Amino acid sequence: MKFDDEPLVPGHPLPIRPGHYSPGRLERVLRAGAFAVTAEISPPDSADPNEVYERASLFDGYVDAINATDGSGANCHMSSVGMCALLTRRGYAMVMQVSARDRNRIAIQGDVLGAAAMGVYNILCLTGDGVDVGDHPEAKPVFDVDCMSMLGMVRGMRDDGQFLSGRRLTSPPNVFLGAAANPFAPPLDYRPLRLEKKVAAGAQFVQTQYCFDIDLFRKYMTAVRDAGTHEKVFILAGVGPLASARSAEWIRGNVPGIHIPDAVIRRLKGADDEKEEGVSICVDMINELREIEGVHGVHIMAFRQEHRVGEIVERSGVLGDREPWRPKHDWEELAPSEDEVARS
Amino acid sequence: MRSWSVRNARWLKRVYAGFEAVLVWFSPLLRRIGYERLDRPFAAIEKLTKGVLLDSQNCGQCIVGFTGLSCPMNCPKKLRNGPCGGVRPDGNCEVTPDMPCVWVLAWEGNKRFRENGYPIQTVQPAVDNRLIGKSAWLREVRLREGVKESVAHEV
Repeated sequence: MKFDDEPLVPGHPLPIRPGHYSPGRLERVLRAGAFAVTAEISPPDSADPNEVYERASLFDGYVDAINATDGSGANCHMSSVGMCALLTRRGYAMVMQVSARDRNRIAIQGDVLGAAAMGVYNILCLTGDGVDVGDHPEAKPVFDVDCMSMLGMVRGMRDDGQFLSGRRLTSPPNVFLGAAANPFAPPLDYRPLRLEKKVAAGAQFVQTQYCFDIDLFRKYMTAVRDAGTHEKVFILAGVGPLASARSAEWIRGNVPGIHIPDAVIRRLKGADDEKEEGVSICVDMINELREIEGVHGVHIMAFRQEHRVGEIVERSGVLGDREPWRPKHDWEELAPSEDEVARS
Repeated sequence: MRSWSVRNARWLKRVYAGFEAVLVWFSPLLRRIGYERLDRPFAAIEKLTKGVLLDSQNCGQCIVGFTGLSCPMNCPKKLRNGPCGGVRPDGNCEVTPDMPCVWVLAWEGNKRFRENGYPIQTVQPAVDNRLIGKSAWLREVRLREGVKESVAHEV
């Protein structure tokens, strides 16, 4: 998808349209009413930028924005700020995840300014997993703010042009604000209200936890629609391929907040090729989700199966004849990348 | 005890509101003695009573009126605005598996309040770390009085 007012240099901001908050592509796509696709990139345990570029290129032409995770599962990887710094240079639309677990309000606000300056136009505010589940359980958990107060804080920076302290910014960060939602964790009857509260705090889009239980999700969406929340926030349902029945059972028992019903595990077990079946389940899930009123897109978290995201998107057909922006192909004839300019 | 308090949130909250009104009524006297001087004894009493009744962690900026009397500072992630996405299927905490999620309790307590709208829906600001260990009651009285807090944000 190419907008008629695309900047000549990839990564430069689009003009902010009336009623929009950010100069980014994700907000454009969602507000245009298209069914958006986002995907999660797994950050490398490496200082090599090429590993980041390679991982991102798997999604070229299939996604509208890429989520850079922030120490997900409380495991140490390249930072989300670092990932975003590299990928915005190539023009990618990034969703920078910010976890409250590792940084206090001073660090977070500084990162938001830095990120927006680099061309990050979507910020996803998260509480984050506890340090106990990660590879550094002895670390100090920060949790100075929670996802809700973080949303309010970043919204204040953007809309009121000031830090939480009240000190003025000379130029506010024009970011589209996101949050996570888990419709599948107790207390189930509170979850739709929790979404409402996140919207009140400033969330403009949410990406949900992995959806494997479509009936439970439909029930959740009914409550969300009854409250009219789906008209105030863009909801991207989380999906992803399961690698095997065994790994599904392991995830269910060990990863907090992921709910996998028995029926899904039975379907995996009954298949000749469990891995292929996992991809098929994901494709089927996308097709069921897109039919639900109030679902504005999907967020694909293909952990260790990122190379299959393109295939999943293609088989589901959710993009229709729309082709999301991709680097190079659109632009290499028009303008050299900044790296090339530097080299020449 | 914490679960008992949440189950009895309705009348406990009423008692609490009455107690607060009495404190506010006494505020001229409290002011005369000096809030600073009273802070330590008050904080000590709070620690004792709220500690027993609510497992209070003495953050000095009590919001149990919004949480169905479930002290949110017992949450390992110190969440002040509702449950995280990691709550276990049995309603227990992600981080401390044998503890019921304080926000599952808070939601139960909220359902007992039967007010217009749920207090849990009020967005709470981030904790002011300077108030931890101080008296939340005196702070409340001073806020009601409209007295500018001595620890107000320095801009």
